[in-house]
Amino acid sequence: MSVIPLLLSLGLALVCPPLLLGVIHKTKAILTGRVGAPVLQPYYDLWKLLQKGAVYSRTTSWVFRAGPLVSPAAFLTAALFVPLTTPSALLSFWGDVVLWAYLIGVARFITVLAALDTGSSFEGMGASREVTFASLAEPALFVALAVIAKVTGSVQLSEMFGPVLGQAWRTAGPALALAAASFFLVLLAENARMPVDDPTTHLELTMIHEVMVLDHSGPDFAFILYGSALKLFLFSVLLVRLLVPVHIGVVWLDLVIVVAGLLGLAVLIGIVESSMARLRLIRVPQLLVTSGVLAAVGLLLVWR
Amino acid sequence: MIPAPLSLKNPQAVDEAAVPVLPIPAFRDAVLLAVKEGARLSAFFGRLINGKQVKVYALLAHDETGECAAIGTMVQDSYPSLTPECPQAHWFERELAEQFAIKPAGHPWLKPLRHHRNYRGASDLWPGQDAASPIPGSYPFFHVKGSEIHEVAVGPVHAGIIEPGHFRFQCHGERVLHLEIQLGYQHRGIERMLAGGLSQRMSVLAESIAGDTVIGHALAFCEVMESLGGCQISPRAQALRGIALELERLANHVGDLGALGTDVGFLPAAAYFGRLRGECLNLLMELTGSRYGRSFLRAGGVLHDLSGVLLVDFEKRMKRAQKELRTFARMLFDTPSVIDRFEGTGMLTEQVSEELGLVGPAARACGSHRDIRHDHPSGIYQFAHLPMMTADTGDVHARALIRWLEAERSLEFLLEQLTSLPEGELRVPCPQMKADSVAFSMVEGWRGEIVHVVMTDAKGGIARYKIVDPSFHNWMGLAMALRNGEISDFPLCNKSFNLSYAGHDL
Repeated sequence: MSVIPLLLSLGLALVCPPLLLGVIHKTKAILTGRVGAPVLQPYYDLWKLLQKGAVYSRTTSWVFRAGPLVSPAAFLTAALFVPLTTPSALLSFWGDVVLWAYLIGVARFITVLAALDTGSSFEGMGASREVTFASLAEPALFVALAVIAKVTGSVQLSEMFGPVLGQAWRTAGPALALAAASFFLVLLAENARMPVDDPTTHLELTMIHEVMVLDHSGPDFAFILYGSALKLFLFSVLLVRLLVPVHIGVVWLDLVIVVAGLLGLAVLIGIVESSMARLRLIRVPQLLVTSGVLAAVGLLLVWR
Repeated sequence: MIPAPLSLKNPQAVDEAAVPVLPIPAFRDAVLLAVKEGARLSAFFGRLINGKQVKVYALLAHDETGECAAIGTMVQDSYPSLTPECPQAHWFERELAEQFAIKPAGHPWLKPLRHHRNYRGASDLWPGQDAASPIPGSYPFFHVKGSEIHEVAVGPVHAGIIEPGHFRFQCHGERVLHLEIQLGYQHRGIERMLAGGLSQRMSVLAESIAGDTVIGHALAFCEVMESLGGCQISPRAQALRGIALELERLANHVGDLGALGTDVGFLPAAAYFGRLRGECLNLLMELTGSRYGRSFLRAGGVLHDLSGVLLVDFEKRMKRAQKELRTFARMLFDTPSVIDRFEGTGMLTEQVSEELGLVGPAARACGSHRDIRHDHPSGIYQFAHLPMMTADTGDVHARALIRWLEAERSLEFLLEQLTSLPEGELRVPCPQMKADSVAFSMVEGWRGEIVHVVMTDAKGGIARYKIVDPSFHNWMGLAMALRNGEISDFPLCNKSFNLSYAGHDL
């Protein structure tokens, strides 16, 4: 196996994430009749933040400083297992899907700890919301992954989202479609997108993810923003691979298809965000349970 | 025998001696009886007499008959509080206690509203307030105790570009058990500035009471001054004032609908209503020379005319705004996810609205019928009638709906006025104010009832200027609307009231 495609997809995974956010913002701007910020604005923001100094509250400990380092590190590690093309995950082993899911969990755990470390009532509130919703999103995610594992006969990400998936669509299409729908809802919830969380709001009392990182500043905040973008990228890659299981065999062509799929997904997220109001906070669990039920029905279809 | 309260019509000036002065118990009974019979406490304030004693006045509005009643009483240091039997008096009595260091005995929650030294030079009611400039908010708050109760403090510095105010929530999980609102951070002492004042500066000060209600407060100021001077303005000036007031209402109502869209994350509403608000402000600018309507109203009339090409242009643009408003509002009110957020959020019953004496769209959304333009009309509103819009659910949806409907009525009014502008002088000279008199005016600003009361001394100078912004009545309504609601719905609820901090803090 050649090294170049691996490095190429790793490079894409490192560079692309903020672009997705840029495309989402641009879509939202166009749909509401605005010019909007440049597509590359998230990169400029990261650059700006990296040059700033950070402010630390005297009430915080090392946990608060560890948060912005550990969470992007966890996402970067998770990125190594995600196959942008076939076969091109840098790391791969039997059962790595569980590790992948819990690397995301590690990032959440440290973010929540860092939030609680500030002692702010806002951050405590956000942490409470985050873990409540995560406890509902996680089963949905696992059931959706279980559907894919069942139809592909593998619990290894690069095989689950490999060429076998393409054939599986012919035999277990409805189940995979349900899993994809469930996965899309989990993606929106996990990445603090509408209708679960409003990434553009400045109102602390309504935030979920954003309120947990209110006290981070400068480079720390840049790491957090980059980490969130990477998380969105990881979920998006899996969803795109699930929906467009094309495998041509020419590496650059496959990469082009994946990138086109990612941009299309970003536009779709932008459209969802521009066309509906955010859910009431007490209805979010209902949405996540719905997501779990969709995936469970999919699992029932392939369970024999 | 106890004299009957003095009956007045908005706006009116009378001899100060004509206001009956009752002994405290009789005064108290008279106010409580009137409120029980459906009157509202529109103003309740004190005036320093001879530097020692405080004369307390009550202005009661009878909406059915379109009349107001005034009575007064002399108070030394303390009087039995009205609040336990008349919750409308709650904030008025706290204000009175703070301004004149007179104690409403038996007041259930006696705290300063704005935190400043009293005007009487007596010792303040709140110990520890001896510092040169007392800090608002440095006193105990209501606490709910329990191991699962958590407290969230928001403000006075907020994340958005809004005014300062402090909100203290007592929560159980996401549920709000109690919200206490503490304001006063914007206290500038406008009432006292207006009292000593130079006449040239006064109109500018009146325009600065609340930056988003320039026309409303300036109109109340002009009407009170004109009634003190016995000045009759021309029909044309009256019509132009009405046009400016309705444009201000339109701009703010439309802006609020957009802001409600923002708060639920519904971007199209935010963008379209935001643009339409800009158009309304532009119309106001072309009429007055300022996007917020500054330097347009002056005692005796108005400073700019509306004629010729501008008139034709206004009509064309307002017709377009009318069409756009309908389209945008349909989009907002036909989106299920938006309705899901609006309905049942921040409910207030009509009973609570009546007890607290809410005013403006917030009161009408609860089914309370009150609108100064309808009940106590002055100026152009005596001749042109706007239908009163009410709803009955008292939630965010009702408050949003009232804004839409009122914006539509305002546009209809504006178009009607444009086609039939009467003739007349723009501005007539306003004579010297009568000495030893009291005058009041009421204006239905976009937030609700604005009351200005002016008292002149023996030389015809202003001895006391009292302002009641609609926010003064309504902040308590917001606190009540949050009870048993969700803390994450607070920003939406807050926006549906959209109260003024500056107008309250004065």
